Amino acid sequence: MLNNKGRVTQPPEGAPQADATLSIQSQSHSGHKGLLMDEPLLFEIGSVEKTGVDFPGISDEEAGEESKLLAGLYRDEEIGLPGLSEPEAVRHYVRLSQKNYAIDSGFYPLGSCTMKHNPRLNEKMARLPGFLDIHPLQPQSTVSGALALMEELSHWLVELTGMDSIALSPKAGAHGELCGMMAIKAALEAANSERNIVLVPESAHGTNPATAALLGFKVASIPADKDGTVRASAVQDAIEKNGAETIAAIMLTNPNTCGLFEREIKEIADAVHEAGGYFYCDGANFNAIMGRVRPGDLGVDAMHFNLHKTFSTPHGGGGPGSGPVVLSKRLTPFAPVPFLKRDGDALTLVEDADETNKAFGRLTAFHGQMGMYVRALSYILSHGLDGLAAASGDAVLNANYIRTKLKDLLNQPFGDQACMHEVLFDESSLSGTGVTTLDLAKRLIDEGFHPMTIYFPLVAKGAMLIEPTESESTESIDLFIHTMRALISEAHAGEEERFHQAPIHTPLRRLDETGAARKPVLKWVEEA
Amino acid sequence: MRYLPHTERSRALMLEEVGAASIEELFNDAGAPVGLAPSKLPNHKSELEVDRYLRKLSERNTVAANAAFFVGCGAYRHHVPASVDHLIQRSEFLTSYTPYQPEISQGTLQYLFEFQTQVANLLGSEIANASLYDGSTGCGEAVLMAHRITRRKKAVLSGNLHPHYASVVKTISHMADYRVKEATIDAGLANTDAILSMIDEETSCVVVQTPDVFGTLYDLNAIAEAAHEKGALLIAVVTEIVSLGAIKAPGDMGADIVVAEGQSIGNGLNFGGPYLGLFACREKYIRQMPGRVCGQTTDADGKRGFVLTLSTREQHIRREKATSNICTNSGLCCLSFNIHMTLLGETGLRKLAHVNHTKAVQLSERLSEIDGVQVLNSSFFNEFTVELSKPAAPVVEALAANNILAGVPASRLWPEAKSLENTLILAATETVVDEDIDQLCAGLKEQLDAE
Repeated sequence: MLNNKGRVTQPPEGAPQADATLSIQSQSHSGHKGLLMDEPLLFEIGSVEKTGVDFPGISDEEAGEESKLLAGLYRDEEIGLPGLSEPEAVRHYVRLSQKNYAIDSGFYPLGSCTMKHNPRLNEKMARLPGFLDIHPLQPQSTVSGALALMEELSHWLVELTGMDSIALSPKAGAHGELCGMMAIKAALEAANSERNIVLVPESAHGTNPATAALLGFKVASIPADKDGTVRASAVQDAIEKNGAETIAAIMLTNPNTCGLFEREIKEIADAVHEAGGYFYCDGANFNAIMGRVRPGDLGVDAMHFNLHKTFSTPHGGGGPGSGPVVLSKRLTPFAPVPFLKRDGDALTLVEDADETNKAFGRLTAFHGQMGMYVRALSYILSHGLDGLAAASGDAVLNANYIRTKLKDLLNQPFGDQACMHEVLFDESSLSGTGVTTLDLAKRLIDEGFHPMTIYFPLVAKGAMLIEPTESESTESIDLFIHTMRALISEAHAGEEERFHQAPIHTPLRRLDETGAARKPVLKWVEEA
Repeated sequence: MRYLPHTERSRALMLEEVGAASIEELFNDAGAPVGLAPSKLPNHKSELEVDRYLRKLSERNTVAANAAFFVGCGAYRHHVPASVDHLIQRSEFLTSYTPYQPEISQGTLQYLFEFQTQVANLLGSEIANASLYDGSTGCGEAVLMAHRITRRKKAVLSGNLHPHYASVVKTISHMADYRVKEATIDAGLANTDAILSMIDEETSCVVVQTPDVFGTLYDLNAIAEAAHEKGALLIAVVTEIVSLGAIKAPGDMGADIVVAEGQSIGNGLNFGGPYLGLFACREKYIRQMPGRVCGQTTDADGKRGFVLTLSTREQHIRREKATSNICTNSGLCCLSFNIHMTLLGETGLRKLAHVNHTKAVQLSERLSEIDGVQVLNSSFFNEFTVELSKPAAPVVEALAANNILAGVPASRLWPEAKSLENTLILAATETVVDEDIDQLCAGLKEQLDAE
């Protein structure tokens, strides 16, 4: 997850420069610093003549020959794609990798993002030729193993949630949301319904209102109660205010983005169903309840997974994700193509919406993120039901352990109560120190931690959302707690300057994000 | 359980600190209902057991490397250098999150900046974003973007746009209450006139794929001119980007937005995903562009660095007013693309394109010698269409039983179109060897000669 105010990253006006001695000590003649290598852009070290791939027997001249079958469209101008030999390329990217923080190197308590360990078995399985090297349009008779894998993953996800069916193809969580809300829209259309209001709590992920608006729904915001959860009475009020006949759906995250279980979720589901609407559940936080609570039992009509969160398919620096959606019986007929159909021993993938089905259409070319299905199933089979329940249990235990050990120093905006897999604090206890949530986050970087999610959810002022996941040992969490306590003491001891300068132990210091947005430079251009 | 660091003892100690007797009690305290857990699912397995099980499943599939392989239509089998997969599996790339903390994410941010530059140059456009899910979803996003820019609601689609791409556009358009008009299908022909005749004052954009789904190449200049004359935008779609090592880039032929499937460079077939949506456009539309973007800036010491930027377009700031609901890109697939393209360089890309085209020409010449096979294209890059003397789907099915994956029968993509029943689309990349072509030709001849 992300911050939104965390983007103002210039040190405040008048702030002194970093310690001069430190600055001199850290200078070098080569631009490198010990293990930390400075690395120019590809465009500054490569050239269009260089290549790291051999094509024996083909000369540059031959490659430049125009063929009459290219219809006079031969590209004769230079494209602007410098190359590198293999050793240069390997070094370039290894050096770049060393400028990244990663879950494999340290604690990554990024709330709402579930940065858990990514088992390497998953990577190995996804690279089996029988999964990696098969084409989505080769005859279905030649991919029965792939279809069986999709069916097995479907079975697990449907059983874990107590739902009726699944649409596997969405490419990421937000795409899954789109899929779920499209299924709802299709169901409403089939009933000739004009319902167009979607209820969204204030603490929701930004993708929820964005998705609803994209489909032409009107978003009505629901306030949270002072304990951080949504009251069924508030939902009832919103239904009455807008008129029950206008309610298309509610989009609710559970556990919510404050890390709290929605205690009145069943009553909320009942109220929305009674009004004639559907219940979309954002499943981004499914890691808190997998193997323990089935959303289907709570009245959910559609819920997406983020396979890259809950089921450990790697985040990969921002994707690829995968966002399958489970559906209730009422929505099942409207699932998009492709979908699996079993008829006795025969398993087929239905690829076209036609008169034999009510599929609302197609969300993507081909069949979705197969590579992610393999990884997720590898993770799920490794854990089994007992392991998944143990994982969610440990995730919740770890979050509450952090909560218990920091609650005397940091304020819980919704009172002292048990949380699920992530704990939310605000910055109120830092007031008067000159240190903000952003500063604390940047100091954590110097201490070797990835910061927690900051300034989200918006309902908490200066939010710090900490999600340790089940992958962390007690020792690792204790060090984080120790560090947080020490930093907060420093803040209260008047050492705000160290916070404003942070981070200093990183390849680069705070970056000017405002300037980047004001005059966007999105590609390399050779200086004249 | 091998992935969980806690022992019963450490759990007990932590529970004591938290003040709960058990994890179940903790869930109860947090308000989660107890006693609704799933059942009837098996328990955990060892690494060896999972490996054995999934390997068995994988072995039920016909692997492209073990077959004479000619399947394309939006996903292409290319050789990816070994170093690419090695590098993308570096922990720091594989297991990092979206680079929201730029000071500890310069690795990801710098490769995204390099990627954006490569994509913009390759597609002939002014700017590119940090990727979308895949080509087809990028196509849908491009249409929505054109509607925002022109404030019109009608898209005109070439009939030779990949039917899955057209379906994605039609689905989102139907849901969001926009109109779509489709030109006629012309296998093997660049039917520019049919497209031109459909552009009017209500048209927001024209979507044209080149090479199209049948492999035909387009000079986009005339379509761009006609679209611009009516105040509409030209969206060009490329599903085989290796082609751009040989043929003119859509951006250089007047396309306002170019979307492409980037899978061919750096990414395996993967049965359809994960793939890589390339998205490029004119700079003046920068604030209407969907998806993540990486931009250059400086740090507090004045050193050059990179950050995610223009986030005010995005859902986490704008919520229901966002330009799109997208929250993810195809990070690691961008990296594969970036590395593979760096290894190729311009010289390598041009040679790769040359080999692909040469193989396809060789294939078409061999096929046209067979009775009952007619090549329909007058232009193509590495993919073209043939008309068989009998329905293509059963022929393909029969050949598959002999380890020949002969291409995509058009009926797979247009099950309703009787006129395309005998039509077969074949691709040939650098991975095809002469023996593959021999096998295909022999098998095809046998099938077509059979009663």
